[in-house]
Amino acid sequence: MVTVRRSTVIEAPIETLWRLLRDFNSHRDWHPAIAESAIEGGQAGDQVGAVRRFSLHDGGVLREQLLALSDQDHSLSYCILASPLPLIDYVAHLQLRPVTDGGATYCEWRSSFRTPPGQEHDLARLVGREIYEAGFAALRQRFAGAKPGRPRVVSEVAAPLPAPVTTGRAGLAGEAIVLSRLGGPEVLQPRAVEAPPPGPGEVRLRQHAVGINFIDVYCRTGYFPLLQPGEVPGVEAACEVVDVGPGVSGLSPGDRVAYACLPLGAYASVRTLPAELIVPLPDWLDARTAAACLLKGMTAEFLLHRVHPLQAGETLLVQAAAGGVGHLLCQWARAKGAQVIAAVGSPAKAGLARRSGASTVITGAEDLAEGVMAATEGRGADLVIDGIGGTNLARSFAALAMKGHIVSLGQASGPLEPYDVASLAAKSARLSRPNYAHYTSTAAEVGQMSANLFTALEKGHLKVHIGAEAPLAEAASLHRRLEARETQGCLVLVC
Amino acid sequence: MPRVYVSSVLPAAADQVWTVVRDFNGLPNWHPGIADSKIEEGRPADRVGVIRSFHTRDGGHIREKLLSLSDYDYACSYAILESPMGVENYVATLKVTPITDGNRAFIEWTADFDCPPERETELVQLIGQGVFQGGFDALKDRFKSG
Repeated sequence: MVTVRRSTVIEAPIETLWRLLRDFNSHRDWHPAIAESAIEGGQAGDQVGAVRRFSLHDGGVLREQLLALSDQDHSLSYCILASPLPLIDYVAHLQLRPVTDGGATYCEWRSSFRTPPGQEHDLARLVGREIYEAGFAALRQRFAGAKPGRPRVVSEVAAPLPAPVTTGRAGLAGEAIVLSRLGGPEVLQPRAVEAPPPGPGEVRLRQHAVGINFIDVYCRTGYFPLLQPGEVPGVEAACEVVDVGPGVSGLSPGDRVAYACLPLGAYASVRTLPAELIVPLPDWLDARTAAACLLKGMTAEFLLHRVHPLQAGETLLVQAAAGGVGHLLCQWARAKGAQVIAAVGSPAKAGLARRSGASTVITGAEDLAEGVMAATEGRGADLVIDGIGGTNLARSFAALAMKGHIVSLGQASGPLEPYDVASLAAKSARLSRPNYAHYTSTAAEVGQMSANLFTALEKGHLKVHIGAEAPLAEAASLHRRLEARETQGCLVLVC
Repeated sequence: MPRVYVSSVLPAAADQVWTVVRDFNGLPNWHPGIADSKIEEGRPADRVGVIRSFHTRDGGHIREKLLSLSDYDYACSYAILESPMGVENYVATLKVTPITDGNRAFIEWTADFDCPPERETELVQLIGQGVFQGGFDALKDRFKSG
C-alpha cells in the first residue's frame, strides 16, 4: 500500500476555504489540472455518494465518488472509481484545520492506494506533485490575492493523434487500432496506418486475424507499462507474408505465418516486425484458429510440459476453465491422462469446461476447496493453475494437495495481493509465477512449442473454441465483453 | 463542556519540534510559565501513566498524568489531577504535524474540561492564550533563533 501526504498553510480563514472546497465539483474552478467536471445525475456537490466525472488537460477522464463530508471537521473523503492511471483502491482525504495563531488554514491532503508492482514510486510522486502540490499552489495563489489562477484551457476536442510514422519509401496502407490514451475499452480507436517496407531481419505482413488476450487489457489500462497513447496493442496474429527484409531466411512472400510475441502492435491489418519469432502455419490450420490459439496454446504447452510436466494420474485444477487458456489446458491435461477439475465463473460456462474434458466442474457460487476435495477423496489437486489473481491464491491453496504446485498465471480479477511465502509450508507447496516471454524468447523455443501445439491440434487433442469474433475496427466491443466475463474460449478480430 | 483549541505554525521540522515537546518532564525547558518539574516516583518521562508534578512561575502547583504518548502521531494527552485553576475532568492533547511544503510544523493544543459557567470565559482565555499560545510563542522564538 502506498501512502501519499502533502500539507500546506493557506492564508485564508478556514470558513472561506471550506466554502470553496466542500463543493465536490469545485475543483474545476481551482485545480489547474482539471479541464471539465460535472457531478453525475445532476446531484449537488455536497451530496455524499455523488460521483464527479472530470477530464484533465491531458485528456484523461476520471470518476471519483464522495465518501464522506464533514462541516464539523472541515474534511472530505473520496475514492477513484475510474482512472487512466492504475491507482488501485485509491481513497483520499482532504482535511482543513484552523491556525488560530494568525487566522490562516492548515490543509492536508493524503491518500492510500495500490499500484502495479514497480510503479509505486512514480505514481506516488505523480499524485503528490501533480495533484496535491499543484492544487495547493493554486489555492495559495488564489487566496494570496495576487495574480489570478492559470486560465482554464477548455478543450472540447481530443488532441489529434500524431500522424502515422512512415519511412518515405512505399508504405503498405492498412488499418490499426490505436490507443488514444490509457483507459477503458473506448480508448481503442481505428486509424489508417502504413506498414513500412521491412528492414534487415524484418518481415512485412498482411494480417488476416488477430487474437485478443488479457494482456491487451493490462496494456490498455496501464497495468503493464508497455503501451503509450498513439501506439497499437496486441501480441498475436495470423498473417500472410508480403515481403521480407535483408537477412531473413525461411520466409517468402505468400507464406502463411503467425506470431505470438512482443513488440506490441498486432491490432492491425498490416504490420512490419522482426522475423525471428514468426512461425509458419501448417496448411490445414486456418488463420482464425491460429490467431485464436497460438499464444494461449503455447501458454498451455509450457505450463503442462515445462513449468509442471504433468503426469498421467495427477489431478489438475483449472480456474477460469472456460477462458482461452483454460479450455485448452483442460483438453491437453485430459489427453495426457490427468484428472481435470474445472472452476468456472457461472453455470453458463460449465458446458465448455465439460466438453474440454473436465470430469468435475465447480461454478462460482460453490466452495472451491470443498468441490475439489470431494472430487479427489480429500487429497486436493496436485496442480492448480490460477489465472484469477486478486486474493484468489488463498482459495487455490485450500484446494491444493500435499506437495502440490500452484501456478499463478495472471490477475484477471485484480492485482495480486502480497503473499506470505512461509504459509506454503503448511502443504510443502510450490508456487510458480511464469512469464510467457521467458518461455518463448528464442526461435528454437517458439519453434518447438508451436510444433507441439500444432501436433496436438492435428491429432484432435485440442479443439479451439472461438467464443466471439468481430471486425478489427470493433476491438473495443470485444474488450468490453472480455472484461465483463461474458465470453468463452478465444476472441478473434478479423481484418 | 468548554473546549480550548489553539494552533500555530512553527518554523522548524515536525520531528525537531516533537523532540522538544514530547518530554513530559520538559516543560521548564521551553514553556516560559513553568518554573520546575519532576516525574513522581522517579519514573521515565515517556512511560505512559506517569505523573508530572510542577510549579508555575506564580507558584501554583499542578499534577498531571500522562494518558497517551505517540511517537508515530507526534501527539500526547494528559489529564490534570490537581491544580489551583478550579477545573474538573480536564484532558488536553498536544499534537505536532509536518507541513510538507517547507521546513515548518503545524502544532495544535486542545483541552476539554468542566468548570462553573461563570468562570468559563476567564478559563478559556487563561488556558488558550496564557498557557497554550504562550508556549507556542516561546517555541516560535526558540526555533526562529535556533
